[in-house]
Amino acid sequence: MSTHDDHAAGHIASPKLYFAIFGALMVGTAITVAAAFHDFGTLGLPIAMAIAVVKASLVVWFFMHVKYGFPLVKAMMPMAIAFLIVLLGFTLMDYVGRGFPLQ
Amino acid sequence: MADASTMSTYDRRRVVAHQFADAQQQREAATLGMWFFLVQEVLFFGGLFATYAVYRFRFPEAWAEASKELDVMLGAVNTAVLIGSSLTMAMAVHGAQTGNRREQVISLVLTFLLGTTFLVIKGFEYHHKWVEHLIPGPGFQFHGPEAPHARIFFAVYFAMTGMHAFHMVIGLGLLVWLIKNAAQGMYDASYNIPVENVGLYWHFVDIVWIFLFPLLYLVSRH
Repeated sequence: MSTHDDHAAGHIASPKLYFAIFGALMVGTAITVAAAFHDFGTLGLPIAMAIAVVKASLVVWFFMHVKYGFPLVKAMMPMAIAFLIVLLGFTLMDYVGRGFPLQ
Repeated sequence: MADASTMSTYDRRRVVAHQFADAQQQREAATLGMWFFLVQEVLFFGGLFATYAVYRFRFPEAWAEASKELDVMLGAVNTAVLIGSSLTMAMAVHGAQTGNRREQVISLVLTFLLGTTFLVIKGFEYHHKWVEHLIPGPGFQFHGPEAPHARIFFAVYFAMTGMHAFHMVIGLGLLVWLIKNAAQGMYDASYNIPVENVGLYWHFVDIVWIFLFPLLYLVSRH
């Protein structure tokens, strides 16, 4: 096989890393459940979403190989998030305009 | 290299198509194409999440009450099952990249079994909602003043988890295809883009569930 093909195959992450990410995601799930049974008031939802964002980021960065991706691939998820912010932000403009905590 | 028309499918896939400068560019084009698909999938689910957000902020009490009808234990177990399937999917890609046929097949079969486990658990949950009259429609029953809005919660619950489950079913179909090809030794260090792209799809579906679990099962548990 040529070195050219080797390069085309991309970076190969170690199984150890994958198992570590798996462990972190399981811990994150446990924290999510534990936090839900604790009364954080109106902060409950932001806390749950923050943990979910961290978990999703781990999946995107390591399992989906964005860490080893070329620049355009790295730009994809931020682009999706930008579109999502427009969609959710403008849809919820009325609620946001009334201030927090939401009534 | 033989003429393209006389080559087997197996060989043809390894050739750089004429529109690409080299194998790396061909590979990057495939990866980029998959990512564009996933970006529009984010927006597809985004519409569902926007619906969820509008109704949750409008009817917070109904959301708190109705969410308690869901089984946290089953939801948490299913979250763990899906995260486990993402690990085995990542290992399948690793097996393809290193040309390890045994690792590929075992990892893909495990991913398929975990994905199936998720859907079976989901099926038990749906059945329970049916028995409890929590399916939106003429038979819907929910006690308390929030009943009409609780019905909206369950409509959103079934729309979101149903669309997620539909993606899982498609993923399982793709896994069967990968398992068949991997068993025949189709994928190795120089050609493994189908494994990697199905992997990207599978991880994306996992991410959707990572958000669905707290939003649906854990609204107001304290």
